Amino acid sequence: MERLPILSLITFSPLVGAVILFLWGNASARAVRWIALVASGVSFALSLAMLLRFDPGRAGMQFTESFEWLPELGIAYRLGVDGISAPLVGLTTLLTLIAVIASWDPIRHRVREYYITLLLLATGMLGVFVSLDLFLFYVFWEIVLIPMALIIGIWGSANRVYAAVKFFLYTLAGSLLMLVGIVALYQEYFQQTGIRTLDVLELAQGTYSSTFQFWTFLAFFLAFAIKVPMWPFHTWLPDAHVEAPTAGSVILAGVLLKMGGYGFLRFNLPLFPEATQRWAPAIVVLSVIAILYGALMALVQRDFKKLVAYSSVSHMGFVTLGIFALNQQGLSGAMVVMLSHGFVTSALFLLVGVLYERAHTRELAAFGGLARNMPIFAAFFGFFALASLGLPGLSGFVGEFLTLLGGFRSYRWAGVLGTVVVILAAWYMLRVYQRVALVRAPGEPPDPDDPELRMAITQGVPPVAGGGDTDQHTPDPRTFPDVTWREALTLAPLALLTLWIGVYPLPVLDMIELSVRAILAAVTGESM
Amino acid sequence: MERTVDWLVVIPLAPLLAAVINFLFGKWWIRHRAHWIAVPAVGVSFLTSIVAAWTVLSRHERLHQPLYTWIRAGEFHVPVELVADQLTVVMLLVVTGVSFLVHVYSIGYMHHDPGYYRFFAWLPLFVFSMVMLVLANNFLVLFVFWEAVGLCSYLLIGFWFRRRSAAEAAKKAFVVNRIGDFGFALGIMLLFTSLRTLDYHAVFEAIPQLSSGTVTAIALLLFTGAIGKSAQLPLFVWLPDAMEGPTPVSALIHAATMVTAGIFMVARAHPIFLASPIALWVVAVIGALTAFVAATIATTQFDIKRVVAYSTVSQLGYMALALGVGAWIPAMFHLLTHAFFKALLFLGSGAVMHAMHDELDMRRMGGLKRWMPLTYWTFVIGAAANAGIVPLAGFWSKDEILVGAWVGGAPLLALVGLVAAFFTALYMFRAVFLTFHGQPRFDPHELHPHDPPATMAVPLVILAIGAAVTGFLGVPPETGWIHHALEPVFESATHHKVSLSLTLGMALASTLVALAGLWTAHAAYVRGTISPAAVAERLGPLYRLAANGWYFDVFYQRSVVRPLDAAANWLWRTVDVGIIDGAVNGSARIVALTAQMWRRLQTGLVANYALAIALGTVLLVGIYLAFGSTLFR
Repeated sequence: MERLPILSLITFSPLVGAVILFLWGNASARAVRWIALVASGVSFALSLAMLLRFDPGRAGMQFTESFEWLPELGIAYRLGVDGISAPLVGLTTLLTLIAVIASWDPIRHRVREYYITLLLLATGMLGVFVSLDLFLFYVFWEIVLIPMALIIGIWGSANRVYAAVKFFLYTLAGSLLMLVGIVALYQEYFQQTGIRTLDVLELAQGTYSSTFQFWTFLAFFLAFAIKVPMWPFHTWLPDAHVEAPTAGSVILAGVLLKMGGYGFLRFNLPLFPEATQRWAPAIVVLSVIAILYGALMALVQRDFKKLVAYSSVSHMGFVTLGIFALNQQGLSGAMVVMLSHGFVTSALFLLVGVLYERAHTRELAAFGGLARNMPIFAAFFGFFALASLGLPGLSGFVGEFLTLLGGFRSYRWAGVLGTVVVILAAWYMLRVYQRVALVRAPGEPPDPDDPELRMAITQGVPPVAGGGDTDQHTPDPRTFPDVTWREALTLAPLALLTLWIGVYPLPVLDMIELSVRAILAAVTGESM
Repeated sequence: MERTVDWLVVIPLAPLLAAVINFLFGKWWIRHRAHWIAVPAVGVSFLTSIVAAWTVLSRHERLHQPLYTWIRAGEFHVPVELVADQLTVVMLLVVTGVSFLVHVYSIGYMHHDPGYYRFFAWLPLFVFSMVMLVLANNFLVLFVFWEAVGLCSYLLIGFWFRRRSAAEAAKKAFVVNRIGDFGFALGIMLLFTSLRTLDYHAVFEAIPQLSSGTVTAIALLLFTGAIGKSAQLPLFVWLPDAMEGPTPVSALIHAATMVTAGIFMVARAHPIFLASPIALWVVAVIGALTAFVAATIATTQFDIKRVVAYSTVSQLGYMALALGVGAWIPAMFHLLTHAFFKALLFLGSGAVMHAMHDELDMRRMGGLKRWMPLTYWTFVIGAAANAGIVPLAGFWSKDEILVGAWVGGAPLLALVGLVAAFFTALYMFRAVFLTFHGQPRFDPHELHPHDPPATMAVPLVILAIGAAVTGFLGVPPETGWIHHALEPVFESATHHKVSLSLTLGMALASTLVALAGLWTAHAAYVRGTISPAAVAERLGPLYRLAANGWYFDVFYQRSVVRPLDAAANWLWRTVDVGIIDGAVNGSARIVALTAQMWRRLQTGLVANYALAIALGTVLLVGIYLAFGSTLFR
């Protein structure tokens, strides 16, 4: 049947935009932005069409494309999506589009180069999610690395080079280990069957010895664990986020971290079922540590962006907990957490960016009382803060509850300890909300009807200034204008999706159900 | 009998729509007309609840309306369905009825507030969440709206968000409730992993299959949620602070409805609790202790709203005591009467604050009776009902709880309840006398107290009537209207035979105790034959214990909040930055130092580095192939 190669179109339309920008050397900044918008918009629209035509009743790969590439080595151009990758493709194209819009005003130098890099990054990420050939996958995986490092290192803030190099080396170390794993797998399969192939689906049919599985699992695992990032491989993340420009953080948190979770689901579990079972308890331990540790770190951060970054570590802990709980609730929940985290944390980074544009600082102490002069900002921030702390009815809860339930079923203690985070998350999220949006600006006196003022008069207790002490001279938050319509445009779709997944997650859950079941069947060895 | 209907959804839908409309269009468009959206919506909800109640109670059938499937993952299946049985409709009437009155009252009370539209967005949102909580058909949907009412509570406590105290109180309420919810969520997980269902009916059917240890664990975990939401010991600390919110909020959410959700939940899940005597015992003991501790604290407060707030905690304790001793219907009966008289007391305090320009300290009031007769008389009715004076509402329901405790095998707890009843009458009439009697302790030339306008006065009068007569719903004791109405729900519960002499004896005892409290308050604050200051001096540490809320807040601050902050800080500085990142940077530094020696290789050409990377990769792969694989063997 003659079909539109829709996955290739989705993947490469950003690249087409990048090539146009590359060739059109003297394009104006305005033209550059519009080209990037169109390229990412086309990719997004196509992915929507793909998601609408996706058949949730089928477990296998859909929209598959396959061309021989290097047949003597068993390398082919194989694309396809199932219920695991299709939602992530949609997430990627959406966040790319939002990143393009979010960079519209803030990126003012080297605009053309910036958008070339961003579009290249988009193609890389999409390629990761649609590749069904390990060689192709690896190429895309490495392609992602370079533009991301460039975005941090060139368009980042003060300490950007350190952060970019750290990010690059950390993840490169992981991917080299994966490369070793890939080659080993290729060899092993050839040894057993006499067939040279890098087809993921075919490799998953092979049976490998326990020892082999144990070590190869580890090689893949480390690459993905660094990407997620799991504790204790997480320290590149706060630095990378703090230095990255807003759109960089959006992509980093929204998509790049998901590549790790996706990797576990696509490679570790189906390829090495026995090793998965063996390693799972240890990984669950690390996940629970990440959940609690990330929340505790978020509790004490003074930098707004670092706080969100550490909360990411905590949320991604749910993903790995769910995956390695190895049951339906855990795996489905992990997928929902990945999507939800993509919406919510991206939105929180956008909100930090809104403030940074106005204050040129991310010190929490510099803010306070913004709900009065920035009511729309405060409403968005409140909404996403609640989603982040797992309020039922918003997307975070569905995923977190499912992963915790999955964890609880397999490892009772993990479910119990992981659930503690509902207290910590409420604490740090509401605390930062109060700091930024509520009470008063630093140094602002209490209102006439405030009991604090009465105490000051009758009992001589000086009112506590809003905010806290800050060394820098920062602009008065009372003068900040509310979000612009363009900023609102980046936030509103994420808010709608967060609400939708929270209230009616069924279409998404149904989409991932069969694929998850297939993975579980492969791991536990039960027939479907 | 169960009947599927399609109109039950109107009850939650109307307030939800009002909330959404006021939230989206309130600030720039609707503004001070917001009540025109909210009040009719809640009215519709109330009327529909009456229809539902009439249908359920007169025809003895359950109403049922499936909505949609919320979550489906493997065998975990959570549909959203509305179900109304006798217990539900009683709650619905209380919730929507009191909500409607409080909405009307708020038109006057919040009149000048710049956040008027916001108030009339959050308040119907609360009504929506609360009726959904009541109508839920499984534990997870119950939990969803359990958290949603918590959110509304957060939004409304922190309504005046520019006040630090309000923002702090809102956050505290949410976080403390989350501690309870932590247990609740685990209880739900344990339920599902044990029974593979969360549907009420299916769960209750399957309870006998479980081991007693599991049932006890489930019951206690669920009750942990109730401890948070219904402000029981030791998590009650958030409720007094919640008085930072506007007074109608205190009346509706923090007295009449939301805080009773915990009581409702335990009553709803009574088959689980009945299967675990240990859990019931814990519920009863915690309830009795809460009733007593909060009553002693209320006696020492000077802030009129805090007196009423601690009184709420104490009355919730009575309800928990009733649940724990298996007196399910008296618990719900007290919930019903309490909703009236406590909402009345809060709205009355609101009228006083309104008249006194937001003054809350009873030491700066006095003699208000002469300027505010309507407020005075309604407040006295509320206070007497709360104190359990014959024949007002609180008398009947509280008495039944004490009888229930006595025959339920916990006479000691009944005695604790009686002691608490003494304090109840004492603090209630202390508040009445300090506020309304004696000479004004403020300057009447500066402040001109007056009764509130009609929108506030009418709800006061209606609630006062309710506080006076709702007790008769439970007369004669054990066979009143409420007992017949709720009987089908609690069929499985054991019924104790209560002798007439016991009922009368307990009624006499509690009346004497209440009168003793009233007499003491009168002696201390009207006749002046007892000096409160001297008594406080005499009691010394005991007085300070009560005045400082038994030091719970101090204890939490010192033993939880600060140590946790310090530990997190240490983890960050030492483990994260020091050890983990230190190791990373350290290895980088070693590489850099090595590179210093190799710097001659550094050409600055990217191609060379790429080559190096490629070579390194080849090397790694080679090492693997040589040692790790079977290729060369």
